[in-house]
Amino acid sequence: MAAAMALVRGVRLGTYNIGRSHSLIFNSVQRRGISACIDPSIGLSDEQKEFQKVAFDFAANEMAPHMAEWDQKEIFPVDAMKKAAQLGFGGIYVNPDVGGSGLSRLDTSIIFEALSTGCVSTTAYISIHNMCAWMIDTFGNKEQREKYCPDLCSMQKFASYCLTEPGSGSDAASLSTSAKLQGDHYILNGTKAFISGGGDTDVYVVMCRTGVKGPKGISCLVVEKETPGLSFGKKEKKVGWNSQPTRAVIFEDCAVPVTNRLGAEGEGFSIAMKGLNGGRINIASCSLGAAHASVLLARDHMCVRKQFGETLSNSQFLQFKLAEMATKLVASRLLVRHAALALQDGRPDAVSLCSMAKLFATDECFSICNQALQIHGGYGYLKDYAVQQYVRDIRVHQILEGTNEVMRMIIARSLLSES
Amino acid sequence: MSARVLVGVKRVIDYAVKIRVKPDHTGVVTDGVKHSMNPFCEIAVEEAVRLKEKKLVKEIVAVSCGPQQVQETIRTALAMGADRGIHVEVSGKDYETLGPLQVSKIMAALAKKEEADLIILGKQAIDDDCNQTGQMTAALLDWPQGTFASELTLEGGKLKVVREVDGGLETIMINMPAVVTADLRLNTPRYATLPNIMKAKKKKIANVKPADLGVDVTSRLEVLNVDEPAQRLAGVKVETVEDLVGKLKESGRI
Repeated sequence: MAAAMALVRGVRLGTYNIGRSHSLIFNSVQRRGISACIDPSIGLSDEQKEFQKVAFDFAANEMAPHMAEWDQKEIFPVDAMKKAAQLGFGGIYVNPDVGGSGLSRLDTSIIFEALSTGCVSTTAYISIHNMCAWMIDTFGNKEQREKYCPDLCSMQKFASYCLTEPGSGSDAASLSTSAKLQGDHYILNGTKAFISGGGDTDVYVVMCRTGVKGPKGISCLVVEKETPGLSFGKKEKKVGWNSQPTRAVIFEDCAVPVTNRLGAEGEGFSIAMKGLNGGRINIASCSLGAAHASVLLARDHMCVRKQFGETLSNSQFLQFKLAEMATKLVASRLLVRHAALALQDGRPDAVSLCSMAKLFATDECFSICNQALQIHGGYGYLKDYAVQQYVRDIRVHQILEGTNEVMRMIIARSLLSES
Repeated sequence: MSARVLVGVKRVIDYAVKIRVKPDHTGVVTDGVKHSMNPFCEIAVEEAVRLKEKKLVKEIVAVSCGPQQVQETIRTALAMGADRGIHVEVSGKDYETLGPLQVSKIMAALAKKEEADLIILGKQAIDDDCNQTGQMTAALLDWPQGTFASELTLEGGKLKVVREVDGGLETIMINMPAVVTADLRLNTPRYATLPNIMKAKKKKIANVKPADLGVDVTSRLEVLNVDEPAQRLAGVKVETVEDLVGKLKESGRI
């Protein structure tokens, strides 16, 4: 019965729509989330289950078979991402009037969690791309939205988010890339560091200084790839996230039209932070997907691997470890989804919740994936096994989009400011 | 063309799930187990949607028989491009014993009621592997059938069906109205897109009871026992050809 579906089929794009390849996934598990207690579809509406199903199917068929290759060869999988965009994953929470799917933050979290089981790195990039598209959609004027959003939603063009600089990471508001007004252009000078997609993407959402020191002097500009004065550093060699290139973005007397500014002068930092609230939920969701896949991999390994005359699944210590992993996963997932709801409902506690969710989920999920690797023993350290890629890929989630230390700052500030 | 297509979709245990037999051996465990649309039914829906995109078919009606949960399966069909759904309510004991004979009677009744010109079904369901519903439906309606279709084209009001048979491929021309059952290589089903999933919410699913169609769903079959396949036994190594022949004779194989 299942054998019928195990035939290897080529992907037929056809003239109609994106078809999937029913390929047999050999040494990796069907990441469908069958295990009842950690099933990510519990508590979702029928419609959300449909979204999740598409994302899981896409992840299993279009991403998982290539995840290792994209990592080893450092391939930016443009074609796979464009396919994802055709399903509506290019601008998930962008308005439909400019080509987005108009879904909620919770829907988005569910989708990224499912996609991440197929490839964390690629899904994380897709989430960054979505964040940029949303920023232009929300803070751009009519012309800007119509100019950029449709292409971003269809992934005709790819986007990058440029905030961090060599001299300003956690202290983002101290950024120094300057944008001096000259007639109807801003002249940009400075460098952005660690930019995901940098050099391969087309649209750069850049936070730069147009005014005084501190957050109030920062504005947000959209810079297009071929603009003279825009260049890129070398491609960084990373521990994970290898399916997306990371480069420095360098501005040398780069002239950007004033009409490319999102919002008013001085609103850039606020725009950046609002983008990051959603970005943090997305990154946390990517961690959830990796942890979910890792729990299943660890469980399956334990049922197969024998030592001391019995399968590892008979070891109480490992049973307890697995139970702890599952519990942490469900707890993380609940917090992330709770934060997503708060953000989409515009609740006053949304920013703190997003920080809590990012802090908790990225830490716990890393611990889950790491534990899953340990359960695999020596095999867990081999690149033939997917678990090490999940560990390497989600390690950086504890650092970017605001380090987990900065998340604590945000939460503490919210607690202490009320007293 | 004003053709209306009826597509049957069945909710089955997901193909990736490990099947477990119920302790009382009356069937397999279905409670709390992940279900999804039968893969061959997905292929059937995809074919219907392609026909509609080619403007050879006007309306696609997705049909499923079962309890409340089958509405999920109908919604998936709607998200892939079907226009409306019909949920034939069958639950409890009736659902447990529902088989191809009853479903084909229901499909035949619906085909007449909806004035369908074409019925596309999956060739078989992955839970019972019956491969009977399409054929029985055609017989009840006295319509031609093109089963195990790996290619379907409309040529001058007739259907050209390329069938996968043991000897290779067989091409037949059949008149409409007809029943076609989809085989694996007929097409590659599309992913539902997010916008289509949302549009599907607005599409209508009508509720119907078998009695309304004049169909009696009592089963003529009784399941006596369900067991797991026998565990594969270890093999035995022999030294010589004579030993091999001896062993084969011993076990009555030759």
